[in-house]
Amino acid sequence: MSARSKKGSALEAVLVHALLLVAVVYALYPVLWVVTLALSKAGGIEPRVIPIPRGADEMTLDNFRLVTGAGDPERSWLFARQLVNSLVVSFATAATAVAIATPAAYALARFEFVGKRSGLRGMLLTQMFPGVASAVPLYLVLDTLHLLDTRSGLVLVYAATAVPFAVFQLRGAFLAIPVDLEEAAMVDGATRTQAFLKVALPAARPAIAVTALFAFMSAWNEFILAATLLGRESAFTLPVVLQSYVGEYSTQWGAFAAGAILVSVPVMILFYVAQRQLLSGLTAGGVKG
Amino acid sequence: MKHLRALVTLIALVATIVLPGCSEPPRGIVLWHPYRGGEEAALKKGVLRFEAERGLKVTVLAVPYEAYLAKLEAAIPRGNGPDVFVGPHNRLGEYLLHRLVAPVGDAFPDADASLYEPVTVAAITYEGERWAVPLASKCGALYYNPRLLPEAPRTLDDLAAKRDFALGPGVWPLAYESHTAYWHSALLHAYGGELFGAPKPGAAEGEAKLPPGFAMTGDAAERSLDKARELVTTRVVPDEASGDLVKTLFTTGKAASVISGPWLAGDLEDKVPYEVVPLPSIAGVGAMRPFLTVDGVFMTPEGAKSEGARALARSLGDGVSASERAEIGKQVVATRSYWSAQDDGVAAAALSPEAKRQRKLLVAFHEASADAIPMPVSPAMNPVWVPAEQAIRKVLRGDASPRDALAEAKARYDDVMRAPPREAASPAPLVVVVGLALLAAAFAVVRRVRAPGFRRELTASKPAYKYVLHAALTILVLVVLPLVAGAAMSFFAGSREDARFVGLGNYVEILTARGKPLLSHGSFYLTLLVTVAWTVVNVVLHVSIGLVLGIALARPVLRLRAIYRVLLIIPWAVPSYVTALAWKGMFHRQFGAINAILVALGAEPVSWFAKFSTAFAANVATNAWLGFPFMMVVVMGALTSISKDVLEAAEVDGATRWQAFRLVTLPLLRPTLLPAVVLGSVWTFNMFNVVFLVSGGEPDGTTDILVSEAYRWAFARNAQLGYAAAYAVIIFGLLALMSKVLGRIGAGDAKEAL
Repeated sequence: MSARSKKGSALEAVLVHALLLVAVVYALYPVLWVVTLALSKAGGIEPRVIPIPRGADEMTLDNFRLVTGAGDPERSWLFARQLVNSLVVSFATAATAVAIATPAAYALARFEFVGKRSGLRGMLLTQMFPGVASAVPLYLVLDTLHLLDTRSGLVLVYAATAVPFAVFQLRGAFLAIPVDLEEAAMVDGATRTQAFLKVALPAARPAIAVTALFAFMSAWNEFILAATLLGRESAFTLPVVLQSYVGEYSTQWGAFAAGAILVSVPVMILFYVAQRQLLSGLTAGGVKG
Repeated sequence: MKHLRALVTLIALVATIVLPGCSEPPRGIVLWHPYRGGEEAALKKGVLRFEAERGLKVTVLAVPYEAYLAKLEAAIPRGNGPDVFVGPHNRLGEYLLHRLVAPVGDAFPDADASLYEPVTVAAITYEGERWAVPLASKCGALYYNPRLLPEAPRTLDDLAAKRDFALGPGVWPLAYESHTAYWHSALLHAYGGELFGAPKPGAAEGEAKLPPGFAMTGDAAERSLDKARELVTTRVVPDEASGDLVKTLFTTGKAASVISGPWLAGDLEDKVPYEVVPLPSIAGVGAMRPFLTVDGVFMTPEGAKSEGARALARSLGDGVSASERAEIGKQVVATRSYWSAQDDGVAAAALSPEAKRQRKLLVAFHEASADAIPMPVSPAMNPVWVPAEQAIRKVLRGDASPRDALAEAKARYDDVMRAPPREAASPAPLVVVVGLALLAAAFAVVRRVRAPGFRRELTASKPAYKYVLHAALTILVLVVLPLVAGAAMSFFAGSREDARFVGLGNYVEILTARGKPLLSHGSFYLTLLVTVAWTVVNVVLHVSIGLVLGIALARPVLRLRAIYRVLLIIPWAVPSYVTALAWKGMFHRQFGAINAILVALGAEPVSWFAKFSTAFAANVATNAWLGFPFMMVVVMGALTSISKDVLEAAEVDGATRWQAFRLVTLPLLRPTLLPAVVLGSVWTFNMFNVVFLVSGGEPDGTTDILVSEAYRWAFARNAQLGYAAAYAVIIFGLLALMSKVLGRIGAGDAKEAL
């Protein structure tokens, strides 16, 4: 019996790898074109099946040098500042969104209160309104709050837009956690707040990590609001800088592609590092990942 | 847990210290520009010199082109805008519509008129006022590769003689962006046609003069379209050539000549030999004449009052500044003294070969600009542009005769420009509708309050409010308030600054399909059908791919799991703007990778954006690609909360894998998966940028979804924000209705999740 199941699982493993490989090809193929664009001198469009720059002399790092301002201390300093801006704004967005959303999600999962259903519905409704003309009103709101031209203002805006989804996501996670643990803690004399902070919160950690990642991503790639709400070049985030390679008549695609790759690297590193957080629920079951 | 809290505290600490810590030095005069690279460097140099000479502080800010108008429009009316800003003259119509500019006054006194090229002065003059100090002009010219064409092509017929790859395998005689109105206009002008008509006097007494409008009709326009199609069908010119493709073809020697602007030279450097000459003529017809745009320094109403700002604008146009902009920024400057110095051959001998070539290039473009036609100033720029381009594409694809396509374009233009609904006779219908809604809400609240035990419930709810208060407040102020303000626009017509109250007029217009048959082209109902199909297909793909991959990646014994996970979130990590355009490139008919694969497999290449079905499929392929990693991560996150014991228990009870998945895993995934699916559908419903970037609504606007229609009304059709807002409110209503209906159907589930 054990031999049969082993054979079955070997076949299964092959199938799963095949499936994942197909998915990886689908995921990577267009990105390889972007990489080619970033590395090639002439730009990339040619009827080719495999997107690899032709030959070593066709490849160049010029586009990356251009974007990072290598060789020009003033420009590379500016690039570094903008990178830091992006990181600070995105991390602050993730932290703010999680901080705002977690207690609300907990209350919506555990308490009965007046206005709960309409609050949930209202939050869903905010996601349904296309923001065709909301940039200017948002600008007015921030101006009134004296948060215009500050990164705090931008962080608040990003966090606010990320909160509804974060609340739904975290509420789902809290609902999936058995109530018994918190109740046991409260029988043992913990207050509700302690039960939330010490029992429910740790159990929801993977969901919090995922939610934070979503909030981080929503801030990381946004440029229209950032360009509209910020007023100094040293305060700009990287997507704004990237976007400036797109002109009315011509776009520096090579530089744009190089910048896009640079912008996505921190996200991939973050994801790689955060995987353990995301999956601690599984490993808690005793199986090593 | 401790780590998490420490991390959050640390980040909050950093945020409070770093974020507000940008106390601002005085800004002096503020200048905004969309320049980059050499153009930016040259402009900054001019500004520095001005600062040194005048002892005034100038703050320069580069704003990306895509966000430029939005930023100007948001900042200037609130007094946060720049004093002067650089922009192309053809946007003056929009600037005026939004009241962003004032006449430049003594920055360009009459005495200066002879300092600038006449054609550039004409461009920035509108209704008798000067609105900018001209900096530089941009227009098209012919680049040719002397290795392939030893002699400069003088006529289009010279080039046509090299058709069918007479110059070598895969070498096109000419490449240009034939499907764009901007470049087609050069052909149109050759035949004596025009894109914009002269301003027309108002139809009725006291009515404002109509701006230059759609004039691409008649014999000349039809002949120009016939010619463009002939160039494509006889393989003189490749079709669907984007600017980037034109560049690539030329640099790789696959195009013997291309029509492009001075910006191309910067990309060519020494990759390929080239010469630049004015556009060729068509034998027996006339010379091709490109459009000319002029970059100028505009004054905001605030800046026009400041003497320093006016002095800055004037100094940026002077001779020293101009030669810097020519030498460093490689611009075709508008200042005449630079060109007369070139004629005198000042110090020409001392120049490096590179500088000499540079000069030659500028001189060639300067020559070409003399014959170019300044783009007219009109707030109706986009309303003309979009239907004209649709007609051109239709003809190039062979879907319609030039006459029919142009008649249709004219009808579309007229429809868009039709006077917005007149002032509502009375606000009564609106008052009734809003009043009824408020009444219903008030009734619901009162009934709730008067229900027995409400006070007790309210008291019992107090602890919960502590938890939700800040979330509610943030959402109200930063999400709901701007949306309500946006929605209120839907009761007005016209642009933001001279909006007229029209009550429910915009809604009536949309829901009656503007008086046309309900399922006609571009009508609300047809677009709704497309949108629903778009949403369903995408969400099904997102969820199924995400679910399969998420579960596959959750297998604890899987090798390389960490690597797979990172590779599979890449579509989400790379900014979608560039990847969406990479997808568009992959679907190109002649040069796309997808067709290359099809050909390698022995299939026929597909013209992806010529048919609704294939264009829709291209959009879906892109959006599915962009969206599946999100669902995958949601599934992975949700799977972690399912305890191993439950599954083991199921196994012990003799459940098969499939049974365990269907009866145990799936129900447990539901609470986290359901909100993601509901919100995912809502987001997909409103996902306009893939449609914009990949198919662009092609063919002929049929792949547009509701929200991209709304964007077109807001930005591409006469800035009818009220109309766009009404679209947004209707979309909102539809989605709200849909969620309610869905909630009813899956009563238990939806209540559980939402």
